[in-house]
Amino acid sequence: MLELTDVRSFYGAIEALKGVSIEVRQGEIVALIGANGAGKSTLLMTIFGSPRVRHGSINFLGQDISRLKTHEIARLGIAQAPEGRRVFPRLTVLENLKLGAILAPPANFDRNLARAYAMFPRLQERQGQRAGTLSGGEQQMLAIARALMSEPKLLLLDEPSLGLAPLIVRQIFAAIAEINREHGTTVLLVEQNAHQALKLANRAYVLVNGRIQSTGTGAELLASDEVREAYLGGAGHH
Amino acid sequence: MQVPPPMAYFLQQLINGLVLGSIYGLIAIGYTMVYGIVGMINFAHGEIYMLGAFLALIAFVALSAIGLSSVPITLVIVLVVSVTFTAAWGWTVERVAYRPLRNSPRLAPLISAIGVSIFLQNFVQLTQGARSKAIQPFLRGGVTLYGGGDGAFAVTVSWLQIFIVVFTTVLMIGFTLLIARTSLGRAQRACSQDLKMASLLGIDVDKTISTTFVIGAALAAVAGMLVTLYYGVIDFFIGFLAGIKAFTAAVLGGIGSLPGAMLGGLLIGLIEAFWSGYAAAEYKDVAVYGILVLVLTVRPQGLLGRPAIEKV
Ligand SMILES: Nc1ncnc2c1ncn2[C@@H]1O[C@H](COP(=O)(O)OP(=O)(O)O)[C@@H](O)[C@H]1O
Ligand SMILES: [Mg+2]
Repeated sequence: MLELTDVRSFYGAIEALKGVSIEVRQGEIVALIGANGAGKSTLLMTIFGSPRVRHGSINFLGQDISRLKTHEIARLGIAQAPEGRRVFPRLTVLENLKLGAILAPPANFDRNLARAYAMFPRLQERQGQRAGTLSGGEQQMLAIARALMSEPKLLLLDEPSLGLAPLIVRQIFAAIAEINREHGTTVLLVEQNAHQALKLANRAYVLVNGRIQSTGTGAELLASDEVREAYLGGAGHH
Repeated sequence: MQVPPPMAYFLQQLINGLVLGSIYGLIAIGYTMVYGIVGMINFAHGEIYMLGAFLALIAFVALSAIGLSSVPITLVIVLVVSVTFTAAWGWTVERVAYRPLRNSPRLAPLISAIGVSIFLQNFVQLTQGARSKAIQPFLRGGVTLYGGGDGAFAVTVSWLQIFIVVFTTVLMIGFTLLIARTSLGRAQRACSQDLKMASLLGIDVDKTISTTFVIGAALAAVAGMLVTLYYGVIDFFIGFLAGIKAFTAAVLGGIGSLPGAMLGGLLIGLIEAFWSGYAAAEYKDVAVYGILVLVLTVRPQGLLGRPAIEKV
């Protein structure tokens, strides 16, 4: 479905992605883990053309998207709940969701909204409230729900569990599993919470310093000493 | 009913202030919208208003030359001509002066905006002449609210003043609804809060920015047309002072805030009218900037603006 081949991208003169190749297949949940500053967020934004692909190619559903503008890429069916959530703080929850829905057929709006509210009932309670007044967990729910409103084929999630209480984290991960299972949405999940992400994912990639260091199924990486050392807090942890 | 002269005088200044203020408000909206979405003051905006005024004047002269006498039809045609061409110029300014420099240092688009302004000013001066131009008085007459007999002070509202205030009010209400209720308005607000996120949702950010310049220019064109009607005399230099006044209005109301721009415009119109009526008219601009400084000392974000927060 999505295939990056030897992708390089830059911030000014700094090379943030140094030749990344990954593949996400239809229906999968693929996790991308790696330390702070490894280039995970850059990878997700590069898929959206910002920063631009300087070398290599990105293929989505058989089409090279590496020269398209950000909004054109979104129109092909990719949505993102980006790093830092980026809800529109001075718009209401409902307005945020309406903005998420501009690419979906208007006739589906009510159904999609009902689905989003069923998944995150808290959002319905707060629908008239300004998004900036929501708690961090609620903002994350809103960011995911907003992304889903466009009925994406591929959903990119950037550290959805960052800074959230364990209970909320569990809720978010359950929602991701549900999105993938019930809606059939393919998911590319960036996480520092490697343990949970690897348990959820079919396959995963480890990004180190702008390069893919290793890849395998979630279970394989969970069992790998190298990954356990680096991302799961030592070999004894599980 | 006999209104005491001081009261009547007060009313007259109030009416004058409202008329002036609604015109400033229309121009101020353009400053505040553009600032909201690209984070920059559009220094070409004053001249955009001047262009609107000249296009209105040319349309008036042309229509009276062919002997059109119907007031409503004249108004509609003049409005359409002025708004269409001025909006096109607003679009061009964004394309030429702003878009190519979007990722340049902030000084660059400022300089290019001043550049297109000087170009337009000189163009109008060359084609229309440096001397002021006048039109025949339009929409004569009005309503005398109070007195005038026995040498008492008369309060009159001209039809033109009523037209200006009503038309601007309707326009501002319509515009507010457009921003608050429609998907275009929602996209516009989203873009002014987070351009990148808006583009991730599939919003064509370039198009939204263009639309913002076009709407701002269209409203400035209406202001230009109203001023042409109201004063009957314009010259190629009117954009400078009106631009500064409207910019002051936008800052006073809180730059980036739409209700702020309307309120700021109204306040500046009222301050000018009352200062001219009760104190030395030649110091009215000093009064305006004095109050601006006072307000900004107490509320740096302006009356209805949000406190500035560091962008991270
Ligand atoms: N907007 C930016 N401008 C310049 N450098 C950036 C920018 N965003 C990220 N970087 C740099 O790119 C590298 C990768 O960052 P990022 O993709 O955010 O990593 P991660 O998401 O894995 O923590 C880091 O060295 C970071 O400092
Ligand atoms: Mg990141």
